[in-house]
Amino acid sequence: MELSGEIGFWIAAFFTIGIASFLYKDNPFYKFCEAVFVGISAGYWFVSLYFQNMLPKLFDGLGITYMFGLWDEKGAIQDVLAGQWNINILHILALVLGIMMLMRLIPSIGWISRWPLSVIVGSTAGLWMVTYFQSNFLSQLRQTVIPLFDMNKIHGLAEVGTNLAAQGKLIPFDIYFGAYLGNIVLIVGTLTGLIYFYFSKEHKGALGGAAKVGIYFLMITFGASFGYTVMSRMSLLIGRLYFLFGDWLGLVR
Amino acid sequence: MQRFFERLLTMDRRIIFVVIFLALSVPIFLQIKIDIQVTSEVQILYDALNELSRGSRILVSCDYDPGSEPELQPMAESGFRYFIENDLKFIIIGLWPQGPLQANKALEMISEVNEGFVVEDGDTLYFGHDLIVVGPDTIRYGIDFINLGYQVGQELVIQRMGSSFGAAFPNDSWYGRPIGEFSIMDGLNKLSDFDFIYNLSAGYPGTYEWVQFAVDRFHVPVGAGNTAVQAPLVYPYLDTGQLSGLLGGMKGGAEFEKLVGYKGRATLSMVSQTAAHIFVILFIVIGNIAYFATRGKQSKRGL
Amino acid sequence: MGDLADTFSDWYSIISAFAIWLGALNLMKISIEKVSKKQKDWFFAIATIVSFLLIVIVGFFFSGGRQFLDLGTRFDWLYRYIYSPLSATMFALLAFFVASASYRAFRARNAQATVLLLAAFIVMVGRTPFGDWMSSMLFLPEGWRISNLTNVIMNYLNVAGQRAIMIGIALGIVSTSLRIILGIERSYLGGE
Repeated sequence: MELSGEIGFWIAAFFTIGIASFLYKDNPFYKFCEAVFVGISAGYWFVSLYFQNMLPKLFDGLGITYMFGLWDEKGAIQDVLAGQWNINILHILALVLGIMMLMRLIPSIGWISRWPLSVIVGSTAGLWMVTYFQSNFLSQLRQTVIPLFDMNKIHGLAEVGTNLAAQGKLIPFDIYFGAYLGNIVLIVGTLTGLIYFYFSKEHKGALGGAAKVGIYFLMITFGASFGYTVMSRMSLLIGRLYFLFGDWLGLVR
Repeated sequence: MQRFFERLLTMDRRIIFVVIFLALSVPIFLQIKIDIQVTSEVQILYDALNELSRGSRILVSCDYDPGSEPELQPMAESGFRYFIENDLKFIIIGLWPQGPLQANKALEMISEVNEGFVVEDGDTLYFGHDLIVVGPDTIRYGIDFINLGYQVGQELVIQRMGSSFGAAFPNDSWYGRPIGEFSIMDGLNKLSDFDFIYNLSAGYPGTYEWVQFAVDRFHVPVGAGNTAVQAPLVYPYLDTGQLSGLLGGMKGGAEFEKLVGYKGRATLSMVSQTAAHIFVILFIVIGNIAYFATRGKQSKRGL
Repeated sequence: MGDLADTFSDWYSIISAFAIWLGALNLMKISIEKVSKKQKDWFFAIATIVSFLLIVIVGFFFSGGRQFLDLGTRFDWLYRYIYSPLSATMFALLAFFVASASYRAFRARNAQATVLLLAAFIVMVGRTPFGDWMSSMLFLPEGWRISNLTNVIMNYLNVAGQRAIMIGIALGIVSTSLRIILGIERSYLGGE
């Protein structure tokens, strides 16, 4: 057993065990670690955004850092003052809007932040309207309007079978399924799933029957999602255990 | 018997916690080697990378945080190893602020030399920092790889890269210098100049946004590694061909490690993963047996 | 028009940065209020303030400025040994809770819940080497094992359901976006 000599690993182990102590019950040790996590996360974003976003795009781009001798490249202000148009000069308005956003901290003038908020919401609405329609609606719909039987796959089975038979193997079940039933399942599943979500008409008769089939497809989807969720959560715990037993205590490689 | 099942139903959850802890810990010490079958979605990604010619430039978008590290970090490590061994240049960015730092950790992990230095053209270059060594290959920061850091703006950052990459990512993150000073960025003016995008995603923004913008708008192929929570959601993109391969969760990472020939944490963790799944299934089965065994008695009581 | 779109993209990026700064500064404002008014758990608010100031001061002044993300900086150290383990462990706890919740709440009460359970079982077993091992013990040939059934579920049944959900969500987003653009939806302004 080789305990880690680095103080960092001991500090990391301290915080790991602190958070994990919540499993026994809520306690001051856990609350302390949680409070540190909240503060550190906020600070991390704070620093990161300044150096990677505000500084290069806003202050360097406008030439404010050049003015104070903190950067060696001229910005939009220097260009415009020299008589040369630079579109980045419009970032002055972005700076004003950003400062208006911070007004939310003062309750009496917090309403000013609605203006930059509207810019964000409007931009997102305009962007999402087009991209979701193209990628999540049209492309997906295109792949639903397909032949009931994929003749290319069905004809290809013979070649696949020959190649596999030479290795002493059978054609896998999922290949057979994909060739003969794949398209039917995709079409029926997508349509009945969509019918289930159509609530403008009562689910009776043929519509009700289709919706019932849709529910079963959705149940399989949610079951698959649950299975993968379990996989994901367990992976995260395995990672932490490797840190404790490996990096900290040195019990495993 | 009824009392036994009733006590099972009201069992202290801390007993379950202990069982799960033991189920995942014991296999870590056993270090059992197991055979991993590669699924078609992982094979598609590997084949797509194989089709790239030497010297191709790949945009690696690390869109995850330490909370998803066990699933996505192995994909980053094996991905970087593959790029280095096959002479593929890679440019690291992040749409999550923690992503570029996670990439740094992955590079440190795979580098086989972490000390010493070389003087070249007047520059002092440090192994494990400016120079990453993997097997017989040595790559240099700014020429073969670069880390451009994080930008806020979610999908608008991808859109901005579509028209001007330099406007979206003006500086690198290790030296804080304009990207034009690094030769790896020569000719990379917009997103469509890249040959491939390797996206590691834990949520929003992530694979969804890369497909919507990079693939559908700028026609750059994207291969993705996702956490297991997100993976089922992006299968429709795989089916339509919008996604060029998918690594789903730690299992996907283990499959990719097998194809790349790198025995990383994902492969080593598969036994623990298996044990975890078995115990969760057992818990559900036992819970249901206990429920149905006591349900008759409850209905007699009028509950 | 292209230049205008690019400019708006840059504005979005800059304003978003200020929005996140607003969140961080608001957190500090609330924490300071908690300490000054000695509200419940005010002691822990001190921990929040101290940890925030620690990483901000180290990040701005003691990590090489613009090179703060470089390997080996003090900021990098704080990320690796404080932020990273805290974040990772918070999410790792979910493993315990998912097992506990599955035991207590996951019941095959009707046919639909049973189908959900069975799909989950097949996926959980099929996506581990145990599934193929168990299938080989039952003398099932290669290619006709539980992992192949899992592939069918993921590549066809799951895709069908996810596609229906995806299309539904896309239509919802288009209609909500239209409502926002036309000014019908104003809830983001608060109080309207």
